[in-house]
Amino acid sequence: MSFGPHLFLALLEGTVTAFVLALTALGLSLVFGVMRIVNVAHGEFFMLGAVLAWVCASLVGSPLGGFLFALIAAPLAVGAIALAADRLVLRRVDYHPESTIVATIGLLYILQQAVLTLYGPDARPVPAPVSFTLQFPWFGYSGYKLVVAAISAALLAATWWLLANTRLGLYMRAAQQDLEMAQAFGVPARRVYAIVFALGAMLAAAAGVLVVPIQQAHYLMGLDPLLLSFIVVILGGLGSVRGTLVAAFVVGISDGVVSVFFSPTLAKIIATLLVAAVLVFRPGGLFGEERA
Amino acid sequence: MSNRALPQVLALHLGVLGLVFLAQFILPPYHHTNVARILVLAVYALGYNVLLGYTGLMSLGHAMFFAAGMYGAGLPVYYFEFGALAALGTGILCGVVVAALFGLVALRTSGVSFLIVSLMFAQAFYLASLYFNEVTLGDQGLILSGKLAPLALGGASIGFHEPALKYNGALLVFAVCLLGTLALRLSPIGRVLIAIRENEERTRLLGYDSFRYKLLSLVVSGALAAAAGATYALLFSYVGSTFASILYSIYPLLWSLLGGIGTILGPLVGTAFMFYLVDVASGWTSAYLLVVGVALVVLILWFPRGILGTVRAKWLPWLP
Amino acid sequence: MSKERTGEGFSRRRTLGTLGSLAGTALLPGAPAFAQAPKGKPIRIGFQVHRTGIGATYGRWYERTTTAAVKLMNEKGGIAGRPVEIVAEDDGTDPKRGPEVVEKLCKQHKVDFVYGTLFSHVVIASAPRAGELKIPYFVVSEGYHVASGKLNRYVFQPGITDVRAQVTAMSSWILDKLGKKVTMIYPDYAFGYDHRDFFGQAVAKRGGTVLEKLAIPPTESSFTKYFARVPADTEVLYHVMVGPGVLTFVKEMGEHFGKKRPQIFGFIDSLEGVDIASPGLEFLDGTYFWEAFPRYADSTTSAHAKSYRKLVGVNDSGASTADPKDVSTFSHMFGCWETLHVIKQAVEKSGYKDPAPGDYKKLVEALESMTDFAEGPGHPQGPKKFNGKLHQCYGHQYVSKVEDRKLKVVHRTKIEDSLYDPEADYTKQPL
Repeated sequence: MSFGPHLFLALLEGTVTAFVLALTALGLSLVFGVMRIVNVAHGEFFMLGAVLAWVCASLVGSPLGGFLFALIAAPLAVGAIALAADRLVLRRVDYHPESTIVATIGLLYILQQAVLTLYGPDARPVPAPVSFTLQFPWFGYSGYKLVVAAISAALLAATWWLLANTRLGLYMRAAQQDLEMAQAFGVPARRVYAIVFALGAMLAAAAGVLVVPIQQAHYLMGLDPLLLSFIVVILGGLGSVRGTLVAAFVVGISDGVVSVFFSPTLAKIIATLLVAAVLVFRPGGLFGEERA
Repeated sequence: MSNRALPQVLALHLGVLGLVFLAQFILPPYHHTNVARILVLAVYALGYNVLLGYTGLMSLGHAMFFAAGMYGAGLPVYYFEFGALAALGTGILCGVVVAALFGLVALRTSGVSFLIVSLMFAQAFYLASLYFNEVTLGDQGLILSGKLAPLALGGASIGFHEPALKYNGALLVFAVCLLGTLALRLSPIGRVLIAIRENEERTRLLGYDSFRYKLLSLVVSGALAAAAGATYALLFSYVGSTFASILYSIYPLLWSLLGGIGTILGPLVGTAFMFYLVDVASGWTSAYLLVVGVALVVLILWFPRGILGTVRAKWLPWLP
Repeated sequence: MSKERTGEGFSRRRTLGTLGSLAGTALLPGAPAFAQAPKGKPIRIGFQVHRTGIGATYGRWYERTTTAAVKLMNEKGGIAGRPVEIVAEDDGTDPKRGPEVVEKLCKQHKVDFVYGTLFSHVVIASAPRAGELKIPYFVVSEGYHVASGKLNRYVFQPGITDVRAQVTAMSSWILDKLGKKVTMIYPDYAFGYDHRDFFGQAVAKRGGTVLEKLAIPPTESSFTKYFARVPADTEVLYHVMVGPGVLTFVKEMGEHFGKKRPQIFGFIDSLEGVDIASPGLEFLDGTYFWEAFPRYADSTTSAHAKSYRKLVGVNDSGASTADPKDVSTFSHMFGCWETLHVIKQAVEKSGYKDPAPGDYKKLVEALESMTDFAEGPGHPQGPKKFNGKLHQCYGHQYVSKVEDRKLKVVHRTKIEDSLYDPEADYTKQPL
């Protein structure tokens, strides 16, 4: 394929990747930003969303029905699991950063193994709710992928609205800026933490539901989204929705475009080092402040 | 922790080493080799702990240093017939170089940014080990047995398949690294590192160049991780990209946290505990990862500072 | 063990099949028992299985096949009259854990042999330890590592063919029937390189060209941008993607090429455990796949193969009889069945009694002296040649076409089609 269409394809792919990545990473960003903890099990919430989407699709006959059911049910279920994890474990270790890492690694193993036992080791496809191909002169492109990008954008916008215009959003931003001061002003810190943790999990699960028709539901699928989310979150700056979105685009598009020019593995190496370079020169991320 | 406790500290650490040495004469064959593996991996955790426990810098990229040691030792043996001691040297040297280069670039960042930068560099290293697969043979890896000449000690020549060499070789490397980290911890440099961990700003205000100290800590940490990687390759005969992947950066973090970061013996305790947890649980159920996960959660609820960390807090304040 | 007569074709196969089924009836369960119940000290076979990790799909089916094979063997009198016992340990498809499992099986469970590993990197990491422990290590891996001579004299792969043989056999068919200008898409690690290198060598010998080699990094989850690099004059697209992303790969391949596609040849490794009729795989219709053991039974399926399916619990579409949605890894798991039967043959031929150096020596030498495994209840995939110096078996390979969302065999290769110049000789190594 000649250069122009190739680049166009890379940009299309990059855009879809960026939106999904932004959605996946947003949950981690909020948790990081507000609660200051690293949730190593974040990718597993994504995986659970995907697996539950498969379950919903098996229960409901039509792909569209299954998808809509999953889009509501999976985040709710995963949110509940997250609330339980917060209540039973994270709260008890007082959100101490290092203890949380060990606890969430434990949670990762538990979730992975539970899914392996109940769902099995196979990668299973989930039918897309709508299936149409956009025919360009040089190649065909999956219409559903653009639907994914659109829904991700909508969910991102909804989250931004939540943060900017609701009381919960106010509490979250206050807790992020200065927890003690926020508590002095009457922000119910514990409840906010629980809700933020659940919200982060729900966003990841929603991303999983959206992505699974493009990929497959597999019990080990959580690791890559976790790594990418980490990168996006730091690159964009903690807790900044705008930052997360921009960073997701930087990562998503750079990966695709660089690989137009270089061999794929080399492209990944270069893209990885580029991200590292950004962080080295702007440690707070693109939109964040310097934070130790 | 003052030097008044020094006799106890030395007694404890030398005692542990002595016990491990004596254990080889009574351990059944299966556990004999297990202990050798645990000791080598514990060196990796020791290295990680120097950076996290004593300097307060958490990294998710230590697999890069472990793998640097592994390839730094394994490639010369495979292609140039290096002997074991020379290979150990080149392995450690590689770790030092990689850590120093990484530190010069990455130590401008700290906290979570440092975490991600370390992760990214390690990923790039992993991908590079796959990219240069003509040399490294990528994820399939290289086998060293057959290429590694037996160790010449005095007049005798001991093959690397000998259990005694595996055990004592691992123990020797571990002992040197353990006592080395202890010495570092007790030295003035160690005290500065802890000061940096506690409050870097204040340490800088006191006139210490925190960047230099952090770099030193990172290089020591990388050297120890590389020593572990090199020893692993030499004793267990396999060099492959898998050891450079993200999972192998998470392991030393897990082992150190479990055992108690900021304690010298914590890494050994954590490594041994995880090893046997997996081993024993896999005997009961094929869902042993579930057991491991539950155990981690339970452990961190009751021992939030890790096993030895909690021991130190509750009973033995002099534990370094 | 009869010498395999050269020649192939379905009529030959049918004749052999009929003869085989006549002989086989006598050995089917429920038939008059010729064998006594096994007694005495069990033969313990350590099973290094991928129960968790990336190989778990295969591990599950390997375990089912192993259980069925051992059940049959014990019904037939065991090995040398002794009962067969399997001791399984999960290696997590992890090269660190692999050697630890070998250690545990050998030193703690005190098994006679270790068997069952699939993923190449785990095999390569574990084999040295088996060599040091001097315990026979039977690999069911499909990798070229055994025959390459890189492992040690205790390692054998007598139940499944290796990727070099497979690629060699397929190359002549592809170049003859599909086209001479090939673009290859493969994973950017060892498994992919084997295909790249061996196919490249074979193509050079037969007047074809490889237009482009697209190596896809292991962490890739979206493949569309790679299809853009496929040159427009490609006649055959050769793909061997593996892992959970395969369905995405196929879907995106379909979306990208649409109706204007080149000939497409893949390896069933991509779709082991996956239903060909899955939504999104419609694009595969009319494309070709290598199979080791045809997933879909048809009129030419031998009686041995049918009986094997029944005992393992697989239906005519290659899925579990208990759950038709559970598709098996049919082109790999037979390796377990056949390997266990080779172990039986080797023990009985060598007079092996205990895990002692002398007995192991006799066993290894007995194995190295074997040249053929006849098609039969122990070798339902078909007859094999065994190269004692390379410790590797060679067998028939199949080309299947996807038609009506099913796989239909269109060609069976001769064993000779898959042979290559040997590069090693384990018999020269000391034990």
